Amino acid sequence: MKLKFVTLAAAVLASLPVALIAQSGTAPTIPQAQLMQPEELNQILSSASAEKPLILQVGSHVMFTESHIKGSEYAGPGSQDVGITALQNRVAKLPHSTSIVIYCGCCPWGRCPNIAPAFKALTAMGFTHVKTLYMPNNFGADWQSKGYAVASGD
Amino acid sequence: MFASMYPADAASLRHKRAPEFVRPGLRGGVVDLKAYRGKVLLLNFWATWCAPCQVEMPVFKTWQQKYGPQGLQIVGISMDDDAAPVLKVLNKLRLNYPMAMGDAKLGTLYGGVLGLPLTYLIDRDGTVLAQFEGETDLKAVEAQFRPLLALH
Repeated sequence: MKLKFVTLAAAVLASLPVALIAQSGTAPTIPQAQLMQPEELNQILSSASAEKPLILQVGSHVMFTESHIKGSEYAGPGSQDVGITALQNRVAKLPHSTSIVIYCGCCPWGRCPNIAPAFKALTAMGFTHVKTLYMPNNFGADWQSKGYAVASGD
Repeated sequence: MFASMYPADAASLRHKRAPEFVRPGLRGGVVDLKAYRGKVLLLNFWATWCAPCQVEMPVFKTWQQKYGPQGLQIVGISMDDDAAPVLKVLNKLRLNYPMAMGDAKLGTLYGGVLGLPLTYLIDRDGTVLAQFEGETDLKAVEAQFRPLLALH
């Protein structure tokens, strides 16, 4: 009986790292109301009259250089202190009512380590109009492949 | 939830010659794609901040050990900004396949690496056969390359 318990406990403990990794993404903690669909952002960007938000990529710098939403700036990575500081510095002087859209697109949504910390940081600073671009798969599939506006380089 | 192959943009390299590159190897030497001609190649783009990537790599290590003698070669390309965290992971996992640092240039060369993990299956002639993007069903990947190992 004891051996069985020990074996079971060992099996549970051995599977923990994988389970922890599986839970590592915090993006789903962002409230639904703060999500924006890529289609919607593209429409805003395509419209001559619509007011454009400040768009910040808070994920991979390498991927930002490859391709990013046209007009967006890099302010990450959200998963690291240095990235959160960069984000905070970028918006420090802006009015708290500034329309901001943050995005990442590094990995599948449920696994992104960057977007939720960035969202939290902006909310904590008092920004009231922050939206997060909902990218279920990644930037390639959810933005670039759709033919939406991109640019490359730093 | 398990994303395997993507249509449209993702098909951009399929059936084409895998773009050649030479990069310094993270453990010395070079990673030269040409040198792997004749092997069945799994070219894996990953990063230390990519959780699904960390799940895959121990499996790649097992595959390298098991199928290496039959001609499978796994090559890892990290899309991290710095090598230091990459080396940590390399050593921690004791990976048994070549690793090099990628960058925007290499990503663009490979059709735009705009999401991780991303793995290309390349045949012995250097042609891209398939692309696996996101959290992939690794059993499906194994089922795809195993028959290729029998071919010479």
